[in-house]
Amino acid sequence: MSFFEYIDQYKAQLLARTLEHIGLVGLSMALAALIGIPAGIWMTRRPLVERWVLGIANMAQTIPSLALFGLLIPLPLIGGIGPRSAVVALVLYALLPIIRNTYTGVKGVDRAVREAAVAMGMTDWQLLRMVELPLAARTIMAGMRVATVTGIGVATIAALIGAGGLGEFIYRGIQSVNTGLLLLGAVPAALMALGADFGLGLIEKRMLRG
Amino acid sequence: MPEPKLSPIRLEGATYRIGRATLVSDLTVDVEAGETLMLVGRSGSGKTTALRLINRLLEPSGGQVLVEGRSTIEWDPIALRRKIGYVIQDVGLFPHFTVERNVTLVPTLEGWPEEKKQQRCDELLRIVGLEPAELNGRLPHQLSGGQRQRVGVARALAADPPILLMDEPFGALDPITRAEIQREFLAMRKKLGKTIVFVTHDVREALLLGERIGVMEGGRLVWLGDPEEFRASGDPRVRPYLESLL
Repeated sequence: MSFFEYIDQYKAQLLARTLEHIGLVGLSMALAALIGIPAGIWMTRRPLVERWVLGIANMAQTIPSLALFGLLIPLPLIGGIGPRSAVVALVLYALLPIIRNTYTGVKGVDRAVREAAVAMGMTDWQLLRMVELPLAARTIMAGMRVATVTGIGVATIAALIGAGGLGEFIYRGIQSVNTGLLLLGAVPAALMALGADFGLGLIEKRMLRG
Repeated sequence: MPEPKLSPIRLEGATYRIGRATLVSDLTVDVEAGETLMLVGRSGSGKTTALRLINRLLEPSGGQVLVEGRSTIEWDPIALRRKIGYVIQDVGLFPHFTVERNVTLVPTLEGWPEEKKQQRCDELLRIVGLEPAELNGRLPHQLSGGQRQRVGVARALAADPPILLMDEPFGALDPITRAEIQREFLAMRKKLGKTIVFVTHDVREALLLGERIGVMEGGRLVWLGDPEEFRASGDPRVRPYLESLL
C-alpha cells in the first residue's frame, strides 16, 4: 500500500488524531504561557527568585521525556492515564524556553529607556505594560515558537500513556512493523511542526525589534 | 520673623553608600528657584548619584534631600518624579513610540485630553528647535543624535515640571550640534525659568550655562561659586579645570 492509500484508508482517524494532537499541544502551550510569562516577569523583579525558577525549569527539561510521561502516571490529581498527564508533561517542557525568553526579553530593555521611564514617574505596572512587554514581545514570541515546535514532537510520546494524538499511528506502526502506518503519524507531526515554526515565525517578525 | 522661602531643592548632609563604597558624602547645597546649578567633576565623583538622589531614583543613606521643603522619602515617588524633568546622555527615548508619543508621555500618564497633548507637543518641539509637522510621526531610530537629544529635552519639559535634572545631556553630540543646542538651552531657560541641576564634565559647558558651579571630588562638594569666582579662583581643586581650558 502506498502512503497515499494509507491516508485515504485512515483519513477519518487521521483527522481525529491530528485534532487531538493540536488540542494537546495548543492547550499545553496556552497553559505554559500563562505560567511561564508571569514567572519570567516575576524573576526580573526578584533577583533572588531567578536561580530557583530557572533551576526548576531547567530540571524539568533534563528529565527524559519518555520517563517524565511514565513518572506522571502514578501521581494523583496531575497524573494518571490519559491526556491530563500528557498536558502536564508538555507544560513542564515548554516552561523553560518561555520563562527564559521572557526574562531575557524584559531584562534586555535598554537601561537608559528603563531609567527614563522610571524617572518620568511611571509605576512599575506602567513600565511593564507600556515599555518592557512591548519591547520584549518578540523575544517572548521566539520562546513560544521554540516551545511549540518542541512540544509537537514530544506530544507524539503522549500516545504511550493513552492521551491519543498522532503518536498513536507511530506506536501502532512500530508494533506491527508497518512503516506506512508509522509515517502516517510521523509525517503530519513533522509538517505540523514546520507549519508552527513558520507561522509563529511570521508573527514574531511582525513584532517590534526589542 | 518672615518664613524662610522654601528652596525647590535642598540637600542636607546627603550621603549615599552602597556596600562599602560611599558615592556621595555629606553633600549640602541649596538650589534656588530658577537657578541653574552645574555640577562638574571627574567620572565617579558622585555627581550623577547626587542627581539621582533628587528624583529618588536613589534614597539617601544619611542626611536628607528636600524637594520643595519635603524630604524625598516622604514624597510619593511617582508624584515627585512627575514634578521633575530628567534628561540623560543616552536620552532613553522609547524606541517603539513615535516622537509625539515620546514627548507626550507624562501628559498621557496624567490623562490630558488628546487635543491639548498635540498642541503641547508641537509647542515643545518648536521650543527645542524642531519642526513638529516633519518629526511627530517618526520613530527614534529615524532621528539624528541631535534631534534625539532635543526630543529628550522636549519630553522632560512636557508636563511643565518646575525642576529639571540633566545628566551630561549634550555629552554625546558633535561639537557643532552641541554649541547649537547649548544656545537653545540658554534661550529656553530664559523663557521657562526652571530650576535646573546640570551635571557635566565639560568645564566650558559649565561656564557657559551655569549660574553657579559646584565641583565634586570623591563624593564631596569641594567648591561652590559662580562662574566669575570660578574663573578667578586659585583653589587647587578648581585650577585643573581652568588649566584644561588652555
